[in-house]
Amino acid sequence: MLYLKNLVVELGGKTVIKGVDLQVNRGELALLMGPNGSGKSTLLHAIVGDKRCRVVSGALFFDEKEITGLTMEERVRLGLGLGFQFPPRLKGVRLRSLALRILEKKGFPSDEAEKVLEEYSRLLRMESLLDKDFNVGFSGGEAKRAELMLTLIQNPRLLLLDEPDSGVDVENLALIGSAISRYLSSNGRAAILITHTGYIAKHVKASEAHVMIDGRIVCSGDPGEMVSNIMEHGFEACVNCRRAKQ
Amino acid sequence: MNLEEARRLLKPKAEKALAKPAPHGLDLNLSVFKLGTGFATGVEGSERILESVGIDLGERNRSGSYYQVDNRAVYASARHSGLTVKPLSEALKDPKNLDYYWKAVSVNTDKYTAAAFLGEKEGYFIKVDDGVNVDTPVQACLLLRTPGLIQAPHNIVVVGENSKLHVITGCAAMREEAGLHIGISEFYVKKGGTLTFTMIHSWGKEIHVRPRTVAHVEEDGVFISHYINTSPVASLQTHPAAHLNGNGGRAHLSSIIISRGASQIDVGGALELSAPACSGEILSRTIGFDKSITVARARVAGKAPNVKGHVECRGLLLSNESRIDAIPELEARIQDVQLTHEAAIGRIAEEELIYLMARGFTEEEARSIIVRGFLSVEPTGLPENLAKYLESVLDNIAASL
Repeated sequence: MLYLKNLVVELGGKTVIKGVDLQVNRGELALLMGPNGSGKSTLLHAIVGDKRCRVVSGALFFDEKEITGLTMEERVRLGLGLGFQFPPRLKGVRLRSLALRILEKKGFPSDEAEKVLEEYSRLLRMESLLDKDFNVGFSGGEAKRAELMLTLIQNPRLLLLDEPDSGVDVENLALIGSAISRYLSSNGRAAILITHTGYIAKHVKASEAHVMIDGRIVCSGDPGEMVSNIMEHGFEACVNCRRAKQ
Repeated sequence: MNLEEARRLLKPKAEKALAKPAPHGLDLNLSVFKLGTGFATGVEGSERILESVGIDLGERNRSGSYYQVDNRAVYASARHSGLTVKPLSEALKDPKNLDYYWKAVSVNTDKYTAAAFLGEKEGYFIKVDDGVNVDTPVQACLLLRTPGLIQAPHNIVVVGENSKLHVITGCAAMREEAGLHIGISEFYVKKGGTLTFTMIHSWGKEIHVRPRTVAHVEEDGVFISHYINTSPVASLQTHPAAHLNGNGGRAHLSSIIISRGASQIDVGGALELSAPACSGEILSRTIGFDKSITVARARVAGKAPNVKGHVECRGLLLSNESRIDAIPELEARIQDVQLTHEAAIGRIAEEELIYLMARGFTEEEARSIIVRGFLSVEPTGLPENLAKYLESVLDNIAASL
């Protein structure tokens, strides 16, 4: 579904992604892990076409078609959807009206849009927040649930989630994990999920894990094994392991 | 005392002030305008623009109406017991109504009030008797049709004790030619009364606008004003004031200023919290387009114990050639007051645009969502249909960027 070929990406004049090859197939959930500043977020933003992330070389393919030259709007229309790590606060923009506009943009007539929103807001327990301004005064868990809800109602085939689990308590973690799992249980969907802590791994069924360090994917493998190794030894172990390989 | 005597007493003061500039805004030479009745006799042909400023000529959901074209009253109606809606000239035949005549606004405030007094022709007089709740709004339409004219309506609104009134005023110009609108508005809210006053302006790029508004609010009275300017003007300067003179009075002034073209706009608001336990707030949202220059002022004075006042001025620049100045002012005269302000001016954050584009919106749609959010000011105190109407006006502004 998604294939990155030796991707090099610049952000703010600095090369952040230094040659990444990555493949994600239908039905898969890939975990992307790595220390702060390793380029995980930049990679997801580059995949969705954020214009701030400039592709210097390499290529991106989605459904076998090259999307390197496409704008974010075009990529979103093809079925890529990014849940931000830090979505902005939008004063005066109610969560409900934003969600309904997204659904209307997807072509839902307004009564059906209301139904879809009702379903997702129940799933993520967002009912009481719908009439608040988006992200204004939301707690950590609420902000993550709101962001996941808006990303899911976009109905992306490739779900890109940037740390949906950071700053989230245990209950919210289970809620977020089950919503993601449920979403991915439909055919033809896939996801890349950045997790800094690995906490979410207990609540979703990942097919592969990748560790990114300094703009490169240095290790890929079985998610269960890798998450427990990292949780025990930290990314320091990956750094050492990488040196050993070199 | 009759009207003639009242005017004779005020005349020398006004004459002395004819050359007195206003402290803010572009200073105008009044001699280039003429103060006559104007040639227009009706609102025909202006239905669409009046609808855009909240006037429903079918009078649905309205308990009364007043239409003035240039300086002539062309229609007045009242359909609620205890409610009076009349042309000012008619209302002033009753000497009791002189109690409200140039009592809140002084004729010698500046050259504009002086000129309005000396050339006074007409305006609306709306009064609600004590203990009457007029739940659907009264509408007033002030239309400027004759080029080169000074339109100077003198408006008086009186809300009796424990009464409630909603007024919506729509002001518009039909032509692109120059003109000057000086609206004098005197509002009197008696003990326990509530007045909401919603005013929407749609002038033209050659029209100068100088409204002069003062509200007097008695004990436990409430004065709520929502003002929206939607279109370009040559210049607009106004600084409406609410004097809270009785215990527990409240005021809320909000203004939404869309500055387009080469508009020179200076809009303020003032609250005088002069009695114990009074409170009030001034909110403003300003959007600067094109080469417009806008000053957003707000001044709250706390002069009695246990009063609270808050100012919130926000500006959004949508053009590098436009300019917005926000000038919040607080004045405390005694210790036991709580006065606060916040002011912020910025442009649309790229981060917000990119976020919304990742949600599937085009850049234009993303901008419009952000601007609509910026314009969101709670339609405090308004009945549902008026609040909805106001929301739709703001939706249209955001969608028409």
